[in-house]
Amino acid sequence: MLLKTLKTSKVVISLIVFLILIAGTVTVFASAEAVAPPIANSNVAWWVWPLVLFVVTFVLGILAVLGGVGGGVLFVPIVGGFFPFNIDFVRGAGLLVALAGALAAGPGLLKRNLASLRLSLPVALIASSAAIGGAMIGLALKPNVVNILLGATILFIVLIMATAKKSDFPIVPKPDNLSQSLGIMGIYREESLGKDVEWTVHKTPIGLALFVIIGIMAGMFGLGAGWANVPVLNLLMGAPLKISVATSKFLLSITDTSAAWVYLNQGAVLPMIVVPSIVGIMLGSMVGVKILAKAKPKAIKWMVIGLLLFAGLRALLKGLEIWK
Amino acid sequence: MSNDRTKASEEQIIYANILNKGMWFGLALLVITFIIYMSGMLPSHVPIEELSKTPPGSEVPYWGMRAHEFNIAFNIPTGWGWTALAGKGDYLNFVGIAILAGLTILCYLAILPILIKKKDTPYVIIAILEVAVLALAASGILKVGGH
Repeated sequence: MLLKTLKTSKVVISLIVFLILIAGTVTVFASAEAVAPPIANSNVAWWVWPLVLFVVTFVLGILAVLGGVGGGVLFVPIVGGFFPFNIDFVRGAGLLVALAGALAAGPGLLKRNLASLRLSLPVALIASSAAIGGAMIGLALKPNVVNILLGATILFIVLIMATAKKSDFPIVPKPDNLSQSLGIMGIYREESLGKDVEWTVHKTPIGLALFVIIGIMAGMFGLGAGWANVPVLNLLMGAPLKISVATSKFLLSITDTSAAWVYLNQGAVLPMIVVPSIVGIMLGSMVGVKILAKAKPKAIKWMVIGLLLFAGLRALLKGLEIWK
Repeated sequence: MSNDRTKASEEQIIYANILNKGMWFGLALLVITFIIYMSGMLPSHVPIEELSKTPPGSEVPYWGMRAHEFNIAFNIPTGWGWTALAGKGDYLNFVGIAILAGLTILCYLAILPILIKKKDTPYVIIAILEVAVLALAASGILKVGGH
């Protein structure tokens, strides 16, 4: 038992130390960038940034899995706050990072019938349409306005993560008319209970209306929207937690697709940022899955919340030009 | 033991299979094209070492510029104009990105005949509308103003 606890602590401490080192490296480069005259930017070899980006996104990939969040929500505020890239390119990359993660997870979740196509399709239509609007608004806004809104959103996400309760099997007294007419229901095998669980949803019209806001925010900030999808599907509409998490992950593959096209068509995508980030996050996620078996999820969750709090404040203060 | 009732529907399985194959294909292509880009095997439209440099009269490096400023600086077309540059090392990467972003449309088109066969009218309409929405986003017709 003691040995197990020591091993777990070692993993968590190593992660924290690694993260501090990376944050330190990035901050040194970022501050050199900020104080040096423009011409001195060339002092930092171009290849350093994608390399640091790869290492940071690798760590973010690990943390995302351990903290139970999507990569996009960590990626945008951290890379936007501490790297020299414009927030336009960071959001474009953030969407593609979230999209790649959703595409990778989607097939397995669909085949295991945890992600529900019947629940996803109506929600995705609303969210992906709204995400186009969000992407267009985001690209038209001034970067400091985007940073202020992004910072406020991240702080709100911190609040949700710290306070929101989740319900494994919410009670749905009566499915609403809309969900009944669309046939939004399902049945899945709950291995932990050793039985099949039937589920349905209620409050569908309110849920769909909320996905307008979620879609706009996803497109505007380039965040995956799992942090908002799950509470709406689970706590409001009453889908079981497993179905909500899986459907949310799959949903991102549709919502983020529409916004990603807008960023791509507006030239807000730089392969130099996108590819190291996608590969870094995906490799990190694979390592994260392995560490998950040993790590203490609660400790990691609070670490991720702390990281988001820091990144959210950074975006807010950057937008307000207090911490440039 | 799971039974037939817990199994995913026919359209869900088909969607998953296309997504799976397309994702691996797109991702592999993205990595290969990025290696080509980094190795300099093909010339880049925007020289790779230029990205971190600050142009005269600007306070930020090229990759710190807003997207529309960057496009103007390097004469980059918007919309599907990038396809004309796909022979360049940097824009070759867009092929893999476009495949990943286009997969969902393909999946919807694949499940549409099944939904029609099942006479699942509400979902046929939803699927058609979704294809229209994604096609609109992908078309490049939508322009962002405010600059």
